[in-house]
Amino acid sequence: MTVTVGALARGGVSARRERAVGIFLLLLAAAVAFGFGLGTGAGLDSRFGLNPGGEVLFKVPDLVVPTRVTAYVLGGVLAFLAGVQLTRGFGRRTNVVLGVSVLLFILAFLTWAARGGGFNLLGMLQSTLRASVPITFGALSGVLCERAGVINIAIEGMLLSGAFMGALVGSVADNLWVGLLAGAMVGAVLGWMLGVLAIRYRVDQIIAGTVIYLLAIGMTSFLSARFLQRNQELNSPGRFQPIRVPFLSDVPVLGPVVFHQNVFVYLMLFLVLAIHVGLFYTRWGLRVRAVGEHPRAADTVGIRVLFTRYRNVVLGGIVAGIGGAYFTLGSVGRFDELMTGGRGFIGLAAMIFGRWNPIGAFGAALVFGFADSLQVRLSILQVPIPSEFLLMAPYLATILVVAGAVHRARPPAADGKPYVKE
Amino acid sequence: MPDREEVRLEGPAPPVAPPEEEGRAAGEEVAAAAERVTLAAAAVRGVGWQERFVVPVLAVVVALAVGALVIVFTSEEPLREWAGFFRDPLEALRASGRVVADAYLALFRGALGSANALSETLLVAIPLVYTGLSVAFGFRAGLFNIGAEGQLTAGAILASAAGFSLTGLPGPLVVGAVVLAGFVGGALWGAVPGLLKAKTGAHEVITTIMLNFVAGFLALYLLQTAFFRRPDRLDPISKPVLEAFPRVFGTGVRLHAGFLVALLVAALVAWVLNRTTVGFEFQAVGANPDAARAAGMSPTRTFVVVMALAGGIAGMGAANQLLGVTPSLTPGFSSGFGFDGIAIALLGRARPAGVVAAALLFGILRNGSRSLQAATQIPVDIVTVITALVILFVAAPSLVRAIFRLRRGAGRPAGLGVGWGP
Repeated sequence: MTVTVGALARGGVSARRERAVGIFLLLLAAAVAFGFGLGTGAGLDSRFGLNPGGEVLFKVPDLVVPTRVTAYVLGGVLAFLAGVQLTRGFGRRTNVVLGVSVLLFILAFLTWAARGGGFNLLGMLQSTLRASVPITFGALSGVLCERAGVINIAIEGMLLSGAFMGALVGSVADNLWVGLLAGAMVGAVLGWMLGVLAIRYRVDQIIAGTVIYLLAIGMTSFLSARFLQRNQELNSPGRFQPIRVPFLSDVPVLGPVVFHQNVFVYLMLFLVLAIHVGLFYTRWGLRVRAVGEHPRAADTVGIRVLFTRYRNVVLGGIVAGIGGAYFTLGSVGRFDELMTGGRGFIGLAAMIFGRWNPIGAFGAALVFGFADSLQVRLSILQVPIPSEFLLMAPYLATILVVAGAVHRARPPAADGKPYVKE
Repeated sequence: MPDREEVRLEGPAPPVAPPEEEGRAAGEEVAAAAERVTLAAAAVRGVGWQERFVVPVLAVVVALAVGALVIVFTSEEPLREWAGFFRDPLEALRASGRVVADAYLALFRGALGSANALSETLLVAIPLVYTGLSVAFGFRAGLFNIGAEGQLTAGAILASAAGFSLTGLPGPLVVGAVVLAGFVGGALWGAVPGLLKAKTGAHEVITTIMLNFVAGFLALYLLQTAFFRRPDRLDPISKPVLEAFPRVFGTGVRLHAGFLVALLVAALVAWVLNRTTVGFEFQAVGANPDAARAAGMSPTRTFVVVMALAGGIAGMGAANQLLGVTPSLTPGFSSGFGFDGIAIALLGRARPAGVVAAALLFGILRNGSRSLQAATQIPVDIVTVITALVILFVAAPSLVRAIFRLRRGAGRPAGLGVGWGP
């Protein structure tokens, strides 16, 4: 009885949700076709720059498209996707379709914003990839922890601490790599703390994570006010410069975007692949997932559950710490209080949207990075939207994602549940 | 019986388990639910005096002790002495003791040293009573409300609008309207995460934090509109609320009748939680949503109502600030009230009386920290560190017990729902 009612409820809810997604897509299509299409005078063109500044080997002609027609085409594609979703449904691929649709919408929006003028699309893509770095590191940290069954809400705190230690130690040692290492180490320490609280003392993991988050805010703000603000030489570590990968960086469009970035971007791409392969194609990954899905069974076959969890939480801390160091060593060049601005939580949302899968999480982080870099670019274009609303965009997107994706995505079965050996 | 099915259908889908595992999963769920000793359940059953008084007090003691260590190891004089520890070991200890004693003496003297200092301390404590109650209220229903910060800001937006636009009405009426507007603003902001959790299962921790950011940007935007902005100022500051709470404690001190209102609200919350049917329903849902649902209660509705009420309480804190301390809305209106609220709710064991006591303690810390900074140059952020440490030790009573070798008390303290799902 309960079984059938439960199954029914699940079917009903999911059908309703599929329909909601379809209607959402339909609304996007309407907004694109009517808002950006009809709302533009005929005969206007949008120009997208595809070349980086400076010398390039192959110069790509700028992409010039008629604004109105492009909006109609993109609106048509969105309407088609909505139609398929409403009639057949995309099932497991709904998240991907949703992400693609949002990207199409933003593309249409950019076309509209650049009507009658130009817009450096390449710069936008570059800043998108860069903005997605801390979000991706945060999401990967979440994947590592949660695949082993420990919820890590403290990612934001780890990012912040990594940023702080990166700046401080990097400045003192006058070496960026030492700073990076220090960021990773402080992440490891916080990860270990989370492990002690969540695994050893079995504190509610949400609370344990929040505690570490608050502790990181307190410590970094205190130490920053005590030392960094008074001695600027403690807060000037410098930045990692972009590295040009020979040959690859000359590939049109893709080259400057992907292969002319600093070490954090390459590290991120490497980690996304490494963690993906590690989780799904190695014995290590199988064990981690077993611990996250069914710790009792894992224990029965001799996998050390608590050890695996500790190890993964510390690894997750290291990854988040490196991601935090990006803020100071890879982007800004100094530490500011609360400079991470919720990227850790956005990373968590990216992890959920990416279904606890490294590559999926990276894809979601790119969408968030896009939203993040959008406001900088749009303020240049003088779009008549107040900058505050553009600043809200990543946070609102996070809420939408968490609300829209959390039920479609299934967390590891033992996520958040402490394990007690019998 | 049909009723129960109805509830089941409306409720969020249970964590997805493969159908063939349904029976086992259901059994495990029941076991897990039984295991889940929540704060609310512990409160309903009445935990021992140790859990209620000894652990929080010791947590504060340990936090202050660790805070002292932080002060010692970030102050120049003791650090110098420690560097030459073997030359004069006693002097190192003496220097450390001096710094710590100076710091804490300055703190407590600044907070309690005179009638005026006491008044300021109570003044600082009032908004903390509200945010603490807000978080505690959520706790009792198993919800972790990290959004008191944003709810307070949202309340401040409506309350300040009501305050400066309702001119010409009798004073007390305006005061009442401002308080009501604050409640409504906070309640609307709080209802959103409740609704999202009820309808989609989005975890309130992420949504409330994201809404904190959104509220901040919204306030920033509104402060630039002609409706809010003070015409004679260039910086973002709203028109002032001209009415204020009467100063019933004498005109020499700034403490006002709002303090009594806050105590009244605390009493009201205690009454609702402990003496009314809805209060029982909230706590039943918090203790065990599955059992509550089986008993015919609606967890989903409870999520929305509780979050709205919690937000409303936080919003009243904003009204209090507008009517008693800062008559205008500014970008930094909520200076960490929401985060302190989390610590206060945990420290006060989610009981209104405990919350009031904890808020007074935090009022002492916050108010005293200004004298601390003035006297010793130790940044006020040390209070944030101590706050986080308090949460750490309250959330992990086993840590405190281990430190003081106390006997193990009954039940786990602050256990909320486990995992991402509802």
